[in-house]
Amino acid sequence: MVKELVCVNCPLGCRLTVEVENDQVISVSGNSCPRGEEYAKSECIRPARILTTTVRIEGAIHRVLPVITEREIPLDMVMEAMDAVRGIHVKAPVKVGDVIAADLLGTGVNLVAARSMDRV
Amino acid sequence: MKKVQAIIIGGGSAGLSAAVTLKKNGIEDILVIEKDEEPGGILEQCIHNGFGLHTFKEQLSGPAYAERFIRMAEEQNVRILLNTMVTKLTADRVVEYVNPEEGTVQVQADAVILAVGCYERPRGGINITGTRPAGIYTAGQAQRYLNIDGYMVGKRVFILGSGDIGLIMARRMTLEGAKVVGVAELMPYSNGLPRNMKQCLEDFNIPLYLSHTVTEVFGKDRLEKIEMMEVDENRNPIPGTEQDIDVDTLLLSVGLIPENHLADQAGIKMDPSTKGPFVDDRYMTSVEGIFACGNGLHVHDLVDYVTLQAAKAAEGAVSYLQNGKPQGEPLRIQNGNQVSYCVPSQFYPQDPAEKVTVYFRVRTPLDKGTLVIRSGDKIIRSVKKRKLVPSVMEEALLLKKDMEGLTEPITIEIAEE
Amino acid sequence: MYDVVIIGAGITGTMLCRKLSQYRLKIAVLEKANDIAEGATMANSAVIHVGYDPEDGTNKAELNVKGALQYEQLCKDLHCARKVTGAYIAACGPEEEASLDVLAARADARGIPYRDLSREEALKEEPNLSENVTRVLDFYTTAVVYPWEVANACMEVACQNGAELHLNAPCTAITKEDGCWRITTPAGDFATKYVVNAAGVHAEEIHNMIGKAEWQATPRRGEYYVLDQDVQPIRHIIFPVPSKEKGKGVLAIPTVYGNTLIGPNSDFLDDPDDNGTSDAGLAYVRANISKTLNNIPLNRSIRTFAGIRPTTTSPDFIIEEVAGAPHFIDAVSIESPGLASSPAIADRIIEILSQTLPLEQNPDAVMMRKKPVVLAELSAEERNALIRENPAYGKIICRCEQISEGEIIDCIRRPCGARTVKGVKKRVRPGMGRCQGGFCEPKVVHILARELGISPLDVVYDAPDSKILQSENRI
Repeated sequence: MVKELVCVNCPLGCRLTVEVENDQVISVSGNSCPRGEEYAKSECIRPARILTTTVRIEGAIHRVLPVITEREIPLDMVMEAMDAVRGIHVKAPVKVGDVIAADLLGTGVNLVAARSMDRV
Repeated sequence: MKKVQAIIIGGGSAGLSAAVTLKKNGIEDILVIEKDEEPGGILEQCIHNGFGLHTFKEQLSGPAYAERFIRMAEEQNVRILLNTMVTKLTADRVVEYVNPEEGTVQVQADAVILAVGCYERPRGGINITGTRPAGIYTAGQAQRYLNIDGYMVGKRVFILGSGDIGLIMARRMTLEGAKVVGVAELMPYSNGLPRNMKQCLEDFNIPLYLSHTVTEVFGKDRLEKIEMMEVDENRNPIPGTEQDIDVDTLLLSVGLIPENHLADQAGIKMDPSTKGPFVDDRYMTSVEGIFACGNGLHVHDLVDYVTLQAAKAAEGAVSYLQNGKPQGEPLRIQNGNQVSYCVPSQFYPQDPAEKVTVYFRVRTPLDKGTLVIRSGDKIIRSVKKRKLVPSVMEEALLLKKDMEGLTEPITIEIAEE
Repeated sequence: MYDVVIIGAGITGTMLCRKLSQYRLKIAVLEKANDIAEGATMANSAVIHVGYDPEDGTNKAELNVKGALQYEQLCKDLHCARKVTGAYIAACGPEEEASLDVLAARADARGIPYRDLSREEALKEEPNLSENVTRVLDFYTTAVVYPWEVANACMEVACQNGAELHLNAPCTAITKEDGCWRITTPAGDFATKYVVNAAGVHAEEIHNMIGKAEWQATPRRGEYYVLDQDVQPIRHIIFPVPSKEKGKGVLAIPTVYGNTLIGPNSDFLDDPDDNGTSDAGLAYVRANISKTLNNIPLNRSIRTFAGIRPTTTSPDFIIEEVAGAPHFIDAVSIESPGLASSPAIADRIIEILSQTLPLEQNPDAVMMRKKPVVLAELSAEERNALIRENPAYGKIICRCEQISEGEIIDCIRRPCGARTVKGVKKRVRPGMGRCQGGFCEPKVVHILARELGISPLDVVYDAPDSKILQSENRI
């Protein structure tokens, strides 16, 4: 079976052609970089995405702090992950990359601060 | 009057990149003027990832991308005035600004770089009839309320326009528990990047209605429903296709327009195809010593290109500060077949820049085509291209030797097959 | 017990209230909406017609001429923007030129100055006049104002002199009790000696609370385009020759702040609150503007809006004590030229009141409005002195119109101050520019919340149910 995919790794949005047999990826073409091949494989087996959202922050310039998963987490866990993130409150100061939630839902992926916020 | 070598208007992605480039090139006496309380510009509310792949070979969120440049600017001791609005710009490069600390101040600059960004086309810029209830926002406005202020604007959402901010907000509001009922796009193709079609709509089963538009809104105080209609090939609604959709929120993602008020004020010539200034191969506008870059020049698809372009504009300013204007008379770089705009739109055949990347967009999606760069009958270069879409900026490279001594304008065109 | 209760805080009601506030009277204005000037006063052509149009012998003719003459001083006293643009009545062909002669004769009789221009002369000043235009009358004293600004300023003066404004107070019943009127509203009951019905498109409902009106409301909707300040295709107001059937026709109007209005159409409505725009209405405007003008860049429209004219079956203004209802005064059917006439309408009502109500001058009354700070009008030195005193004037919130935080705070804190995002926009104009509030609205929401001591979630756009933010996202 041949699948047509759009790579979401970067804004180039390469159009990938993936040959799949018995849940195994046989070949990937159309990608411009190795990440495209990885994406195609995971997309055919268990799609995964970077999750970005916000958490409440106190004592900072804004009321919410943007956060991002360090790596992709399975797409089918994204809504569950949002629920897990919802109750998190942090206090300024925060540095970009600070771990906000370690090992999100047992995925082995940390949720980290997407920017720094000083205490004001 | 105070004097400064270069003033950069705008402390977002373009302004910060320009500032860092000026400093790296030895222009020390510079000033960045930012209207908001922190630098970074619109990137601060673009919390999604996808920024920086070209610049940093990494996938960053908007705020993280901005922070890299804010740190670079700090390292270079760039002076940034925050909470400061430029109120006037003259053709002889007097910049008037106002802020709470200093009041109104006029500064004479040797060079000015406009890095002012763009704004979203409002409801009045399109024809949606009906009442004027609360519940209608531009996509960027809703994004700010959600990602900076921490408020949801509604629970049942429809989105008009498949621009990237609209698509990003479809996903973002879905993640936060809203029901995004659908996205309507006037054109028969999407206006967003392919990856956003995939990861913002398809991932969440949000329907996209191509060749559809919102024709009327209903609701006295708060939006109650919208009417959607299919449109014909001339983009006119087709009678009989009316469809009412109950929503409390309508987001508009119907185009971005370069913020050109200051450029107008300074008498800078504007390009109707970009709605930003005309610039030459060094990013100088029609007014000597005033440069433009970023979304205030033309709306970009990726911030990485804003960064690159702003650095080029800053290099142009450096060259101007050191050597003055380019020699000779400029010639146009003009739109040919299928090309809706190109930037820069001028070059100096007797004194061309080293290497110029001309950014352009196609008018309609094309599976295949050949990019042809020519001057009169002379073909400078032709490059085969695949999958050209209006939502993605394309590039045409011009080397110094390509431009040198030309006597006719350069045309950028797509030969269709 | 009130002496006078005025129903409706539009231009008629507020103008009257200000003038009455110079006397020792207890006055209240009851407004059903959430702000002053929310009906016809909010959405109309904003023109101070000079009075050549109404037929001889009408209230309209008399009050228009008298009212328009008061505006110059009024706008000085109230510090309201007023721009004298002149009005071109553009005739197309011999038949319409004959109509111009009628208007010119009326103007002569009423002492209204004008110039009679040939096509060529007119073209010199208005190059976008269409090839249809053959001759023009220029009523060069015609001006434009911001009608809601005038209404607001009037109410502010009246409140400073002790009058009361009650918002969100729609009248549900009016009864006669012990020789006075009792008005029932959700905001409480008001007992008063006199009632003035200035309820605009709702005047018939109000009148019918005390007895069936002999006239019927026939609200008509008018729709307009607003063009960006960057395109200014005209300098004068451009009218087609007015006709009995179609009123004043589709005009082009330069506004006080450099935008251009194109409109209106004229549609009879069943629902007097139906101020939505329509395809057909806007199409009519587009089709008809080309009669007198070329090159109108409707693609540079920054918004469209619709307003409801409070027309009735009466062709003339009705300003009278209602027969059989002593001390109940109608000021109804105040359609165009109601704005221009409103100062004289107020005078006429005061004349009626004075026949039975003793009017004693209040020596403490101040009829001028304290001048609001408008940064854009100040010199750099003045601005800087102000910013040193209050840094909020140095923080620009609206980048299109360059409105500072200080000006926004002022308009909230003033008497009858803004309570809504639209209220702020009406008073100091953030959101009126090309981005239509895209950037400044979130900031205005926060300033309103802070100043009113409420949560941003409770800040409304306009009516009490028009909340902008629906829920906290991270609590």
